[in-house]
Amino acid sequence: MLDAIIAHYNYWLVIFLMMIGLYIVISRGNLVKKIVGLNIFQTSVFLLYITLGKVNGGTAPILTDKPETFSNPLPHVLILTAIVVGVATTALGFALVVRIRESYGSIEEDDILATERAEDEIAVNEALS
Amino acid sequence: MSTEMALALTLLIPSLGGIAIACAGRYPNLREAITLITASVLFAVVISLLQEVSGGREPTLALIEVVPGLPLMLKVEPLGMLFGCVASGLWIVNSLYSFGYMRGTNETNQTRFYICFAIAIASSMGIAFAGNMFTLFIFYEILTISTYPLVAHKQNAEARSGARLYLGLLIGTSIGFQLVAIIWTWVAAGTLDFTIGGILRDKIDPTMLPILLALYMFGIGKAALMPFHRWLPAAMVAPTPVSALLHAVAVVKAGVFTVLKVVIYIFGIELLSETGASGWLIWVASFTLLAASLVAISKDNLKARLAYSTISQLSYIILGAALASSLGVLGGALHIATHALGKITLFMCAGAIYVATHKTKISDMQGLGRLMPFTFAAFCIAALSIIGLPPFAGSWSKWYLALAAADAGRVLVIAVLMISSLLNVAYLMPLVARGFFRPAPPRQPVGAAVTPGARFGLAEAPLLCVIPPCLTALGCLVLFFYADEVVDLLRPIVG
Amino acid sequence: MSLLSEHIPVLQVAVPLLSAPLCSLLRGVRLPWLLALAVSWFAFAISILLLIQVMDSGDISYHMGNWAPPFGIEYRVDVINAFVLLIISGISAVALPYARLSVAHEVDPRRHGQFYTAYLLCLTGLLGVTITGDAFNIFVFLEISSLSAYVLIAAGARQDRRALTAAYNYLVLGTVGATFFVIGVGLLYMVTGTLNIADLAERIRPLADNRAVQAGFAFIIIGMGLKLAMFPMHTWLPNAYTYAPSTVTVFLASTATKVSVYVVLRFLFTVFGPAYGFVGLTFEYIFLPLAILAMFIGSTAAIYQTNLKRLFAYSSVAQLGYIVLGIALGNIAGLTATVLHLFNHALMKGALFMALGCVALRIGAVSINGVRGLGREMPWTFAAIAGAGLSLIGVPSTVGFISKWYLILGALENSWWPVALLIVASSLLAVIYVWKIIEAAYFGVAPEGRGPVAEAPLEMLAPLWLMVVANFYFGIDADLTTSVAGKVAATFLGSGS
Repeated sequence: MLDAIIAHYNYWLVIFLMMIGLYIVISRGNLVKKIVGLNIFQTSVFLLYITLGKVNGGTAPILTDKPETFSNPLPHVLILTAIVVGVATTALGFALVVRIRESYGSIEEDDILATERAEDEIAVNEALS
Repeated sequence: MSTEMALALTLLIPSLGGIAIACAGRYPNLREAITLITASVLFAVVISLLQEVSGGREPTLALIEVVPGLPLMLKVEPLGMLFGCVASGLWIVNSLYSFGYMRGTNETNQTRFYICFAIAIASSMGIAFAGNMFTLFIFYEILTISTYPLVAHKQNAEARSGARLYLGLLIGTSIGFQLVAIIWTWVAAGTLDFTIGGILRDKIDPTMLPILLALYMFGIGKAALMPFHRWLPAAMVAPTPVSALLHAVAVVKAGVFTVLKVVIYIFGIELLSETGASGWLIWVASFTLLAASLVAISKDNLKARLAYSTISQLSYIILGAALASSLGVLGGALHIATHALGKITLFMCAGAIYVATHKTKISDMQGLGRLMPFTFAAFCIAALSIIGLPPFAGSWSKWYLALAAADAGRVLVIAVLMISSLLNVAYLMPLVARGFFRPAPPRQPVGAAVTPGARFGLAEAPLLCVIPPCLTALGCLVLFFYADEVVDLLRPIVG
Repeated sequence: MSLLSEHIPVLQVAVPLLSAPLCSLLRGVRLPWLLALAVSWFAFAISILLLIQVMDSGDISYHMGNWAPPFGIEYRVDVINAFVLLIISGISAVALPYARLSVAHEVDPRRHGQFYTAYLLCLTGLLGVTITGDAFNIFVFLEISSLSAYVLIAAGARQDRRALTAAYNYLVLGTVGATFFVIGVGLLYMVTGTLNIADLAERIRPLADNRAVQAGFAFIIIGMGLKLAMFPMHTWLPNAYTYAPSTVTVFLASTATKVSVYVVLRFLFTVFGPAYGFVGLTFEYIFLPLAILAMFIGSTAAIYQTNLKRLFAYSSVAQLGYIVLGIALGNIAGLTATVLHLFNHALMKGALFMALGCVALRIGAVSINGVRGLGREMPWTFAAIAGAGLSLIGVPSTVGFISKWYLILGALENSWWPVALLIVASSLLAVIYVWKIIEAAYFGVAPEGRGPVAEAPLEMLAPLWLMVVANFYFGIDADLTTSVAGKVAATFLGSGS
């Protein structure tokens, strides 16, 4: 049992990172920290894919004369794409945070929600009057 | 003109009329001329179809296949022919009356009124000539929606809430129950075509039949079976011509017509009488019949009283269907025509009184009969017809219904019919009595309405408000002598 | 010509993709729009060709860069995705003529190049997700469409700054959803060693008891459930639709969630199949209750909204409930309803959001109080709202009715009586919120201080009415749509058993 757990330590690591990332996304009110959490979450998936591609005793898949076992290169390539996507997401997320900070003057979710609620109330009162 | 063409025209004429009315909205005289011409042409076309049908033919027109196996189809059969004649014929009378009423009371948005009216008639024609339940359902819903603006016509808070109830109950019951029933039928029988003898025999577990029937009966909210009758009194906020349209011409008649269609062509009379699936309906209809009559007696507002009277009268027709015998169905079908003539007269009289005196309460109408003798005479005739006294048309339908009840050996039903006739007397005659036998109120000029006959000491409503009810009252008398022809026309539906 | 027709599948995606950067170089207001318009119409034409070709001669398989599947990326077009492609590109083709004035009104004029670039990228992504036959490729295109959608929604910030927070929330949830999806795909890859969907379907057959497969299934469904706003994962949707520019709402509401539904369908039926081990169970115990909750909670929430865009956004949540319900029914009629409703709902919501865009152009915000008495001043716009609203309710002779018809049919075929009654009950909720608007517009009194309001320009009314007419046309002559949807349903259920 213990052996099985230790033998798959990288999967445990993936799950650990995944949960940390998700937890940050859910629990933090700071918009920047949320994006950080999102990044950790995505990183765990990169690790998962890289783990999949690894073949025991395999080397990098470069054609040489010697007969060798190769690791599966495909997941690595896939994850390159996913990393690019992750970078784009992060950049866009931060861009939005900057804009939010410019117009609300805060990057704390609670403050922003309070501002929006106040605006809503004003709108409702106007509509009723 | 081929019959298929004529069949298509019954839908096209009022629709095109509606468009023409919309275009002519700025010129009231032209607009009303178009309404009248459309109504007359439509009636002529319907009459031309009537000759076909009484010759035993059934013109059919398949329009388009909406979903595979489910076409939009028109087919003329005797029952639909009767409803078509009633609706298109009374549209002419009602239009004439509308001109007088709407001008006499200076209503706003008259163009919208006439457009919606034309659409409502077009959808009534669709209901009358629908070849399957699916087509009927589509026009049924269009009728609901097109009459909504008519009910909300006055646009004040009261009209809005009345119209909301109207729409809510009619759409609610039709989508909530009727649609489910239709799809159930489709799943079970694989067809929705109206077929003599029904389509459900051996297709559905007999123990489920009463449930399916209940879904249909309560789903047809326009038939105002209790407890889904509240929309009818709520719709009384509408101008009187609309009430006349709702009660006599299109809406409620579309409801009970659909009830008959379902009983005759979906279930089949024999299937119902064999299984007794409609037994419960007899009691629900009887209850509605008596309860609505009792409520009617308690109402002082004339239109509200007439509304409850309508609820009660509709249940006669449902009762006829529930008895599931050929006599019952014939009586019910005949009642569509006789009640239409009677009730439209009553409503037009109520409107005429309102135009001339702005009175709506029965207790205020003391002695008005002396000032408005024509209106009150028409009212009296129509009331007698509704009560079921010879020589007025209403007596025939009640006669057939009583025969059917006797045939089925249901003594209690006969008792219900008798009690209800007495109740009819109790809620309709007091107005006539008050009008003629109480002293007239001190004369006072009301409104700007022109009062023809003022020279003779009369205070009638404008001519256009008086002539139509007199015509339909006369119709009540004439139909008494020609009821046989109607029954002959209807005979094929009961095989 | 033959060379061109051979490469049609790739053109569907490549043309919008390549024109996007070009668009960002264009200056001014008119040129970017013209380019986007041309590309949309081109994409529409291609999707029509594809559908015809598929209906005539069966599935098309296009090998990207001539690498044979399962190693290379395959574009695979069958009836279902040809149909979805048609919906996406069709909506885009109608929305763009409408877009010019609306976008000019709502988006910073200096940013039109970027705006239409994002739009084209979004279109690319949605088309790509639909056409590709490769699981990982779906993820990439999904992210292309999502990232550009966040940008498009944020473009509404000029009107209301809440567009920014709406876009941010969508970004966080959308990314979580997409990542879940990619985890699921990874788990499936781990077991089968393939990413090609057709190949995946083959190799996964004997592995129903494999836990990695089960976990992969769960990750994929939840990830796409987030993207398609399946209740209770719909929280991003109302704000995103409310504060996005009108054109964006029209486009996204009619297409984005539909594409996610398509992906779910693809995995449920092509890859796993309803007969596959645990899959059938999810229908009855997960999809069914969630769909019904969505129908009722979405509609009820809609009734209480005062902002009309948000009202219809909640209505979308409910309508997605119908779509999911069709899947849950698991029979031909139910699945037909799902596929039909992808198209029908796009028509309804496209028309409704377009009409709201017309109102926004004239009076700014679209609140229930703001539109009081507008029915008279903007007769065409509100007639369109009434027409499309009737369709949303499911009144006969509209497309909404056809969808409901098949849904109820499906429920009755399963003898799920309560479900049939719940479907009709929830349509009655739609009556309430649609009628609230109609009553305000036609029988309400104009609020004080509102001057005379002009009818929307013809340029916006024409596309709007095209959609409304389609709502009625396909409601009366549903032969075309039902036969396609029926064919799709039959293929799905046929291949699954």
